[in-house]
Amino acid sequence: MGLRIINRRPGRGSALFWGALPFLAVLALYLVFSTLRLAENPNDKLLPALSTIADTVGRLAFSFDQRTGQILLWADSAASLSRLGYGLAVSAAIGLVVGIGSGLVPFIRAGLAPSIAVVSLIPPMALLPILFISFGLGELSKVVLIVVGVAPFLVRDLAMRVEAIPAELIIKAQTLGASTWQIVTRLVLPTMLPKLIDALRLSLGPAWLFLISAEAIAAQDGLGYRIFLVRRYLAMDVILPYVAWITLLAFLMDWGLRTLNRRISPWLTRGAA
Amino acid sequence: MTVSFKRLCGLVLGLAAATAIACSPAAAAEKTSFKIAWSIYAGWMPWGYAADTGLMKKWADKFGINVEIVQINDYVESINQYTAGGFDGCVMTNMDALTIPAAGGVDSTALIVGDFSNGNDGIVLKTGKSVADLKGEKINLVELSVSHYLLARALDSVKLTEKDVAVVNTSDADIVSVFTSSSDSTAVVTWNPQLAEVAAVKGATKVFDSSNIPGEIIDLMVVNTATLKDNPALGKALVGAWYEMMEKMAAGDEAMLTHMAKASGTDLAGYKAQLATTRMFFKPAEAAEFVTSPQLAKTMELVRSFSFEHGLLGEGAKTKDAVGIAVPSGEFLGDKANVKLRFDADAMKLAADGKL
Repeated sequence: MGLRIINRRPGRGSALFWGALPFLAVLALYLVFSTLRLAENPNDKLLPALSTIADTVGRLAFSFDQRTGQILLWADSAASLSRLGYGLAVSAAIGLVVGIGSGLVPFIRAGLAPSIAVVSLIPPMALLPILFISFGLGELSKVVLIVVGVAPFLVRDLAMRVEAIPAELIIKAQTLGASTWQIVTRLVLPTMLPKLIDALRLSLGPAWLFLISAEAIAAQDGLGYRIFLVRRYLAMDVILPYVAWITLLAFLMDWGLRTLNRRISPWLTRGAA
Repeated sequence: MTVSFKRLCGLVLGLAAATAIACSPAAAAEKTSFKIAWSIYAGWMPWGYAADTGLMKKWADKFGINVEIVQINDYVESINQYTAGGFDGCVMTNMDALTIPAAGGVDSTALIVGDFSNGNDGIVLKTGKSVADLKGEKINLVELSVSHYLLARALDSVKLTEKDVAVVNTSDADIVSVFTSSSDSTAVVTWNPQLAEVAAVKGATKVFDSSNIPGEIIDLMVVNTATLKDNPALGKALVGAWYEMMEKMAAGDEAMLTHMAKASGTDLAGYKAQLATTRMFFKPAEAAEFVTSPQLAKTMELVRSFSFEHGLLGEGAKTKDAVGIAVPSGEFLGDKANVKLRFDADAMKLAADGKL
């Protein structure tokens, strides 16, 4: 029985190995093709040598840029993360307030649910030209794009989850004499907060996408700005580490939110990873 | 964990595919089929005409080769594709030819000098009336493009530097809507047809344009040097087709002009207006003379200085001499052992002498 492949489990070390394998494979593939191209053309920019990438990272992350006097990687990261932070914070606040309101109060649901459903179906990227015209090219339009893209999803997700709270629980709270406000603060909020955080985790990908798209179109700094700027002269030695860095930041944010969730509601993660 | 593992797998597959595509070899050696990329610009529209009307095929057949002319919607992407080896030739400006393929180690030859911008690129201000009024302004432009170069030349003319202004990288597709409708944007640098639209905004003033620096923003047909050397027929076919079209254009062939106007999304009058600020070299002899004049070396000196100061020559470039440029007047700019951009008048001279 135990010999069936579905019953065999990798040990800790072996799991680590299998996990690392795709990364190693990509690295090896990159090295092979990079070496091939560089042998033919030592100045090839498409697949720069790892040493070139390392030099560039050193320059971007640890030395002052001559033109702006800033350390580019940190300045770009700070700009992008603050935009992302504002966008996600506003979206979460809207998601929480409108989601709970719409899920719990039939009148709010009747008033808001149809329009939110429609808004959530508008592809945010299609709105970008309009956003730039109505909110200017500054920070505001970039934050608004993230909010437009992320908030409707959070609202709908949360509203559905509030609606799925068993009616017995709500009735029980009412028989115990709880007011609507007490139901919100004592019953709905504590059960919904971890769900909001989970929804936020799922929104990180789209949020980064909207951020980088906005930065690609008009910006003075930011991770997306840098990538689209140096794309002009095919500086893969900048683009590749920036992509890796964005991925790492996104991973850390996801991990941070998951940890936060475990902290504030340990009972929810019973059994699950 | 399962989600992130799936993501990783996707990434691995994606990267592997990308690497495989990226590594299609930029083969030189003798061959009979060639691919040339072009994008929309007043001075490059003839290439679309050549592809659509079979004029390119006529010339390719004459030399027993096959030339495919491909229109790419994104200008920078077309140059990147050429640099990566996906095309044998591509249209681009002198500055982009230096900073993208040449700086990337792809030895490139400017086979045809088609025109130079003579007012097609310009700086427009809402609030000021002269270049000096740019001081302290926030300027929307496509950073590191010829617009940026034009701005640097304009600022230099009034002893300002880039430190005196704030540059905001803005995609060329959005410049018009931003300038016309947003109070955020008070100054832009752009090129036609966008330039004509922003200059027409009420109260806006065009304070500087490329006619103030004539002959510095040059539009080229750039071909991979090794491919060209191994296949002289390619050069002859391209040059032959080009100057047959130039003759038609110079004669004011309405059918051809209308075809090009439509392809560039305007009407005959609009296209003629764009051509008015484009200094076309209708005759091969004119183009050859432009390329062989000592002025070209002076222009490329300005362009390579700008490019180096803005980091466009790449990580390996410690000085502006890193990438060598050869011009027919015999002068070398930069590293003689690393010449990657060559201006060559030979093919245009052949056309001028009617020897194609």
